[in-house]
Amino acid sequence: MSPPEPYLGEVSRTPVRHHILSVLVENKAGVLARIAGLFARRGFNIYSLAVAPAESHARFSRVTIVVDAESAPLEQIVGQLDKLVNVVAITDLAPRDAVERELLLATLPLGDENRSAMLDTITRAGAAIVDVGPTSVTVMLAGTPAACDELEAALEGFTEVELHRTGRVALPRLA
Amino acid sequence: MQLTGAQALIRSLEQEGVDTIFGLPGGAILPVYDPLLDSSIRHILVRHEQGAGHMAEGYALATGRPGVAMVTSGPGATNIVTPIGNAHMDSTPLVVITGQVATASIGTDAFQECDITGITMGITKHNFLVQSAQEIPRAVAAAFHLATTGRPGPVLIDVPKDVTQSMMDWWYPASVEEYDLPGYRPEVPLDEDAIARAVALINESERPVLYVGGGTLKSRAAQELRAFAERTGIPVVTTLMARGAFPDSHDLHLGMPGMHGMYTAVTAIQKSDLLISLGARFDDRVTGKIPAFAAGAKVIHVDIDRAEFNKVRHADVAIQSNVGAALTAFDDARATPRNLDVWWKTINEWRDQYPLVYDEPSAEGPLRPQHVIEAIAAKAAPGTIVAAGVGQHQMWASQHWKFEEPGTWINSGGAGTMGFGVPAAIGAKVGRPDRTVWCIDGDGCFQMTAQELTTARSEGIPIKVAILNNAYLGMVRQWQEMFYDERYSEVYLSADLPDYVKWAEAMGCVGLRARTLKEMHEVIDEANSINDVPVVIDFRTDAEEKVFPMVAAGASNDDIIVHPLQRGGNQ
Ligand SMILES: Cc1ncc(C[n+]2csc(CCOP(=O)(O)OP(=O)(O)O)c2C)c(N)n1
Ligand SMILES: [Mg+2]
Repeated sequence: MSPPEPYLGEVSRTPVRHHILSVLVENKAGVLARIAGLFARRGFNIYSLAVAPAESHARFSRVTIVVDAESAPLEQIVGQLDKLVNVVAITDLAPRDAVERELLLATLPLGDENRSAMLDTITRAGAAIVDVGPTSVTVMLAGTPAACDELEAALEGFTEVELHRTGRVALPRLA
Repeated sequence: MQLTGAQALIRSLEQEGVDTIFGLPGGAILPVYDPLLDSSIRHILVRHEQGAGHMAEGYALATGRPGVAMVTSGPGATNIVTPIGNAHMDSTPLVVITGQVATASIGTDAFQECDITGITMGITKHNFLVQSAQEIPRAVAAAFHLATTGRPGPVLIDVPKDVTQSMMDWWYPASVEEYDLPGYRPEVPLDEDAIARAVALINESERPVLYVGGGTLKSRAAQELRAFAERTGIPVVTTLMARGAFPDSHDLHLGMPGMHGMYTAVTAIQKSDLLISLGARFDDRVTGKIPAFAAGAKVIHVDIDRAEFNKVRHADVAIQSNVGAALTAFDDARATPRNLDVWWKTINEWRDQYPLVYDEPSAEGPLRPQHVIEAIAAKAAPGTIVAAGVGQHQMWASQHWKFEEPGTWINSGGAGTMGFGVPAAIGAKVGRPDRTVWCIDGDGCFQMTAQELTTARSEGIPIKVAILNNAYLGMVRQWQEMFYDERYSEVYLSADLPDYVKWAEAMGCVGLRARTLKEMHEVIDEANSINDVPVVIDFRTDAEEKVFPMVAAGASNDDIIVHPLQRGGNQ
């Protein structure tokens, strides 16, 4: 019998049924480990996670977690998360109720043959060039997760692209 | 007033009303052991840190007050991980203090360093790494608050050596506001709407069952439960974690549900049209195959922990509350099911048909383990506390002992930790010195933590230990007999090795042995006459004996296997 294939991951796009949890936490050592550990041991999937100090207040941080609501019922995820003593408040945003934004940075080689196709892709996506080197450029796109998904997909055809995404942040829609 | 961190730690424990610490010193916790000499707190020096943890659990389960354990860093801390995990599974309030290497050494692989807050993150309700001596009072006050409120559980405080050695200005938090727990809100107001919907479900039910879990004991709701059950006439089942929450002698009590539950308790749940779950969590040992569990029942789920709702079983009405408050609200609304005569008639038929039975013991032995337990119970003073290990003996103890009040059954439910019994019994006796404490143990379990009998003897803690010596890891043997074609793999222990009587004597205890019925009665009488030192009895029981009823793992509760004496006919 041949050995099973190593796990190479699946093409990862925003899960179909995802939710955004905006979690206010105490800014204490180990808080992120507590959250990550909880998700790991309960088998909840995190799609993306962004952390930053909250509202210019050193005491709290805001963690924005995009959870895969198919890996576990949302009620379970929120209920278990809420039991972490350092978690102060959880806002659960369904995608339709949220304004979501994400930042994408990508460094692209500008070889002769792909130059125009590459520039075309960048322009169409509305990405900005933020750094220029002798043979490559770094572009930035701040936009909806879907726009970032789209640009990422469009760049898939090119080689030697280095691409980073921040994971999204979100706020409730105003109307 | 200036104190060292160590003095502040001991003083904080005194502030919390701690009367006993179970522990064992070492380098990183050494500073704290010095002011302990000047404290009124009793310290019980264990022989292994696992013993300290289980003693603290036994103390907590018997008294309802948090158990406290203190150990050193590194191996001392890792040795107490099992009890912490056990307490986490059973929601037992514990405060565990671990020494840690000095703050400057943390992260350098220093001698006896280990990341105990990291290790226990998933098995504590919360843990703290204390950063300064000034913070010690707050950490201790917060730890006790967290351990004992809401859904109780273990809390660990890790204190670096330089923190306990440095000076602080003594203070103590005056109120919860000073605990610095902005994210902790254990109590929520009762949801009146949910209560109303629950009452409506109760009012229209014809076959209700009160499914009573450990949360009923944790919220001290035995009286409210009894009042509600007696007013409504709804039958009661008590899970392994809730034994004692409702008197076994009470006519409304059907006994324990689950894998080794009473036929009537299991079947009443299966056939019910309404399950009123009170601080229970639909554990797989109770539900069996989940889709087949009480398939026709609506569910009212009362729990202080909202994460229990809809985790395993859909709740038609979820009420986040302590059990007593919800029951009082049901009573205030005069919740009353339909006429239950038909339901009780059916239940009583099951009771008549499938009582708890076992084979007749023979005079010359081997002894029947169930019979040994009943014989001990028959001669035990009312209010006797029973602790158990994990295995067949535990199930028999839960089945055959008659529990009449809270705090009399001390066992390891969620984790099933072998070796729990002896140290937990010691802790229970320390907490309730007025009570007789029996440990019903297995020969396998006994060998895991028996060294704590040395602790018991030297500290003057006279517990009584009944080893149901079947020469086997009996519960595993039972599964191999029933589900692995009697292929016995690594379960034989020998009845004679070790010699339990000599071992008991070597630890300063009285050691006794019984092989025949006559000897059984004699040794129980003798054990009951000894009240100054621990007693260990080696009861030679039948290795072939199995626990019935039984629902095989993953099977439906409808496929409950009754005792061979009851098979044929309906089975
Ligand atoms: C620490 C630990 N290891 C292994 C097990 C698995 N296990 C469950 S019951 C049991 C046998 C217990 O033997 P004994 O104490 O003699 O009790 P008996 O079942 O014979 O009454 C074992 C090995 C466990 N529950 N806990
Ligand atoms: Mg055994």
